Amino acid sequence: MPETKFTKDHEWVRLDGGVAVIGITDHAQNALGDVVFVDLPEVGREVAAGEAIAVVESVKAASDVYAPIAGKIVAVNGGLADNPGAINAAPTTDGWFFKIEPADAAEVAALMDEAAYAAFVDTLA
Amino acid sequence: MADSTESILETPLASLHRELGGRMVPFAGYAMPVQYPAGIMAEHLHCRAAASLFDVSHMGQAELVGEGAAAALERATPADVQGLKPGRQRYGLLTTDDGGILDDFMVANLGDRLFLVVNASRKHLDLPRIESLLPAGVALKPLPDRALVALQGPQAVAAIATLAPGIAELSFMGVGTFTIAGVTALVSRSGYTGEDGVEVSVAAEDAERFARALLALPGVLPAGLGARDSLRLEAGLCLYGNDIDETTSAVEAALTWTIGKRRRTEWNFPGAERVRDELANGTKRLRVGIRPDGRQPARGHTPVHAPGSDAVGEITSGGFGPSLNGPMAMGYVARDHAADGTALELMVRGKPLAARIAPMPFVAHRYAR
Repeated sequence: MPETKFTKDHEWVRLDGGVAVIGITDHAQNALGDVVFVDLPEVGREVAAGEAIAVVESVKAASDVYAPIAGKIVAVNGGLADNPGAINAAPTTDGWFFKIEPADAAEVAALMDEAAYAAFVDTLA
Repeated sequence: MADSTESILETPLASLHRELGGRMVPFAGYAMPVQYPAGIMAEHLHCRAAASLFDVSHMGQAELVGEGAAAALERATPADVQGLKPGRQRYGLLTTDDGGILDDFMVANLGDRLFLVVNASRKHLDLPRIESLLPAGVALKPLPDRALVALQGPQAVAAIATLAPGIAELSFMGVGTFTIAGVTALVSRSGYTGEDGVEVSVAAEDAERFARALLALPGVLPAGLGARDSLRLEAGLCLYGNDIDETTSAVEAALTWTIGKRRRTEWNFPGAERVRDELANGTKRLRVGIRPDGRQPARGHTPVHAPGSDAVGEITSGGFGPSLNGPMAMGYVARDHAADGTALELMVRGKPLAARIAPMPFVAHRYAR
């Protein structure tokens, strides 16, 4: 399995055949609590790195999800409409949000690796 | 910004919350558990299915003593306090001189005194206000050294009655003093979840021992402020500061029922002029229930529009109802858009979300009437 990368906005990014699969981390889903709804971007949309492109709603609050890299949205996880709880139950697998065809694959390589993200999360405690 | 480490207060149950894994957040100046490890959804559903223990010790407790205490309190509220029988409690509003809502509160007649519970965020205003209106011989005694817990849910009364059987005899809004697990406790059969249950005032020094005794009862689990908020919203109950404030009147807030019948002939409460005019001529806006179509919640401050048209109001509380299994909200809309079933659009992040006016409560109350 290719290496999973992470952002300071608590997204994970995994390259799969040249396409970046993106979701929120276990830390993020735990902080949000029970997810009840997600608002996903339109397929085909060109997004900039750092742009707020999705919203995840828990019982308590709404939170933005950002594009970790620039590129084009090529797929979204339609299964989340009926089963948003997958984000809590399996944040890094079934709970993926969207796929981006990267404008520059080097942007993915520049993100934090798992150890760096774990160290970052520790600084938040 | 204020130095939060200096000003944040704790309730007598703070160390118990931490031991139970509570996620502590600042609320009305207090460090309070928003949830425990089970999470808001599970805590909410448990309360509707069994019994949940909430710490509401941040709320303000006080006693009013002296000859004519009930008449004196009526100087601050349109509630019928003088007609409140011993052993009974009532929900009411403290009103401002221009007819806004200073706070919502509970008042109980304990026979020799009145017992008040007001909101944490408003107690610094409520108590001086009441005090300023008191005649000689009536005294307000704040009770900062008392804790308050709520045990709520269909199994709550049966559970606590194993420790004090008399509690089962209380009817909704009945009040009595009991000895529970060796602790002297003032118990009212009330709450703010829409469920049957009790709110219990105990001395701060007894609070942790008392809470542990309740948590040891079968079916009782702790629940935090997050579940308390989704439960009260499903029950159609107002949160002060969101749904009611100094700009809203009792009539606009659909809380006219808290104004005593006698008080509506005397018109001698603060803001009576506005209330009287609104009852006679109607208000421009009304507090209503709103159900968004689909699953997407609309939160507080979301603008409410007529379909494809102008703004007609604003959401004041909104979220997802775990028992309703769908989004729900309350807010204020112009009177001609307030009828049940009226179609609306909620502007969520700039996009219209279809919704309808819906009756409240969203989840039926189950009080022991």
